[in-house]
Amino acid sequence: MEREGSVYTVIFTTILCGICSVLVASAAVGLKDRQIMNKILDKQHKILLVSGLAGAKESLSRSEIQERYKQNIETKLVNFETGEYETSLDPATFDPQRALKDPNLSKPAPPNGAGIVNMSKYGHIYFVKKGGQVEEVIIPIQGRGLWSVMYGFLALDKDLNTVRGIIFYEHGETPGLGGEIENPRWCQLWVGRKVYDDTGKVQLSVIKGTAGPPDTDPYRVDGLSGATMTSRGVTNLIQFWLSDSVYGKFLKKKREQGSL
Amino acid sequence: MTSTMLGKKERQALIDPLFNNNPIALQVLGICSALAVTTKLDKAIVMAISLTLVTGFSSLSISLIRNLVPTNVRIIIQLTIIASLVIIADQILKAFVPTISKQLSVYVGLIITNCIVMGRAEAYALQNPPFLSFLDGIGNGLGYSMILIVVGVIRELFGSGKILGYTILKPVTEGGWYQPNGLLIMAPGALFIIAILIWLLRTWKPEQQEKE
Repeated sequence: MEREGSVYTVIFTTILCGICSVLVASAAVGLKDRQIMNKILDKQHKILLVSGLAGAKESLSRSEIQERYKQNIETKLVNFETGEYETSLDPATFDPQRALKDPNLSKPAPPNGAGIVNMSKYGHIYFVKKGGQVEEVIIPIQGRGLWSVMYGFLALDKDLNTVRGIIFYEHGETPGLGGEIENPRWCQLWVGRKVYDDTGKVQLSVIKGTAGPPDTDPYRVDGLSGATMTSRGVTNLIQFWLSDSVYGKFLKKKREQGSL
Repeated sequence: MTSTMLGKKERQALIDPLFNNNPIALQVLGICSALAVTTKLDKAIVMAISLTLVTGFSSLSISLIRNLVPTNVRIIIQLTIIASLVIIADQILKAFVPTISKQLSVYVGLIITNCIVMGRAEAYALQNPPFLSFLDGIGNGLGYSMILIVVGVIRELFGSGKILGYTILKPVTEGGWYQPNGLLIMAPGALFIIAILIWLLRTWKPEQQEKE
């Protein structure tokens, strides 16, 4: 067959593409389990970081992360409508991201500034236990910043009102400006702030400029300079996830009951 | 040892791209990623290894089929092979060095458009036998790696006072004495360093200077 002919060209490219797709597909499939494992481990590591069970400078091996997570963290599901624990679903297999595609598990979100259109009816809540006692609870948070959706965790004290830590683990904000939401120094400013005022309204927000120390200025956090939109996004997502239509109801109930 | 294993031609294919025909310094290819991934040394090293292997194996596979490729679609064929290799490299990085893979983000995928890979396939692998092409690919990858690592060391050391994450010059922000140079963290910082490296190389080897 002639090397420059159309028939040869078509056959040659088809065979080549076939070989390439097999190679690419086998790499993707063969490494998938390990990649999923990495994602889970990364999330577990972030939960350990926000709860203070792991230091920012500490480097942990895969098994150390798993071990520490298993020993200290307990996961449950919260039903946002009732504000109670949801026991009919398994927290280990429930995926809020996938739930969005299931009309039985999701619903339209109330108007919010966090850019959330559909929300899952259930959400994870993580309990940090020390010696059998719950020390902190951690809730997942997410919302729109300037360029991207920001994903993170917020750790609350067992009084369910005082912030013990915040961390963002995935975002696409401008490095050096909005990207500073990752900066541990900024996250440290959140510690000790309060979420709800005496009437039970979410008051915590990121302001423009500098806030005072937590004792005298409990509801405000320093804004990130040069990142007004990102700061506003953080405020919006805090206000959304802690509102009564999401985790707020559960937190309020448990505060009134005085026990988890 | 090398002299017994490799002939003159082979050695030339491997060593030439380091100083005499460096892809970044002389051919000025692959600048984009050299700016983007050199803020930290570990990122630069992982990128350098990935690119070296991709260039080596793309040159090898393209050379293997060089007598079968229809000339009018050769660019597409080269791209298909390079893209496949890059995707495989990206998958491997995601599985084994997830944190660095996250930091490198799109730049691993952008190896596909790195002119060095395609340039070597087009300029060398299509005319030369497989082993020689493989060495040429690896050599060019090493030439790229060398510049990347030098730039990475300078940027991380003076930009954040660290080498591979270990503090060498303690920055003021962490209670030390060193005032980190913010310019080096930004992309323009890398341009200055690369320009200085090219200047030094062309002073050492005047034959690389462009004629007026």
